[in-house]
Amino acid sequence: MAEKTLTIALMDPPYESANTTTAMRIIAAALKKQIHVNVFAYEGAVCLPISDQSPHANPVKGTTVEEEDHPTTQKFVSALLEMGKEDPRLTWVNCGLCVDERGANNVVEGVKRGSPADFLKMAQESTNTLVIPTK
Amino acid sequence: MSSYVFVESRDPFESRDARFIVETATALKQRGNSVAVFLVQNGVLAARRNALNSHLPALAQAGITLLADDFSLCERGIQESELLPGIQQASIDSLVDALAQEKTKVIWH
Repeated sequence: MAEKTLTIALMDPPYESANTTTAMRIIAAALKKQIHVNVFAYEGAVCLPISDQSPHANPVKGTTVEEEDHPTTQKFVSALLEMGKEDPRLTWVNCGLCVDERGANNVVEGVKRGSPADFLKMAQESTNTLVIPTK
Repeated sequence: MSSYVFVESRDPFESRDARFIVETATALKQRGNSVAVFLVQNGVLAARRNALNSHLPALAQAGITLLADDFSLCERGIQESELLPGIQQASIDSLVDALAQEKTKVIWH
């Protein structure tokens, strides 16, 4: 049974910053250590789990979609949610206002809608909180 | 005594904001706190022995623990043998272990 919980706030939109890659590595590493993880996605980060994202071919190299195997952030989020579906648990909350502003309603299964009040509650109940801001 | 971990993601050759880490981490260390800096992403560029005027030796001299993310080093083709003295290669697990400690304050920069 996991006993510790980390809360991570993300703000960067997909394909914008290496912060996203590092955040996903931290989340995966924590889950592997049996640590519960809460993610509060704010601002552009609510677009990370958009299920409409699709991989593309690479016209520069002339590779097909299949050959390129282009990673999308929605696939990463889904994989993390699969890792954290039971114990340890990954809870991913998208800020509702940020979602509405961006029309980012179509998200992968498991992503919840919430508000900054949820972030406060998660932080209060966590072992530690890491805020990863945009530059 | 409190514990502080700074996650430095910025390239000091791109942004003078890196001075924030030097000044804040050193001040906290001088006040008797445990302080570590985890270099990640372009933050590892200052960890190279060949990086002129790197701000990191001052941190090492102040007794601050310096860790460089192995994934970020690998992405940028930096070998462990190229690192400045006092900087250790570390995995993301090290950062997660620090995060899992209660009363450890982690500041992303």
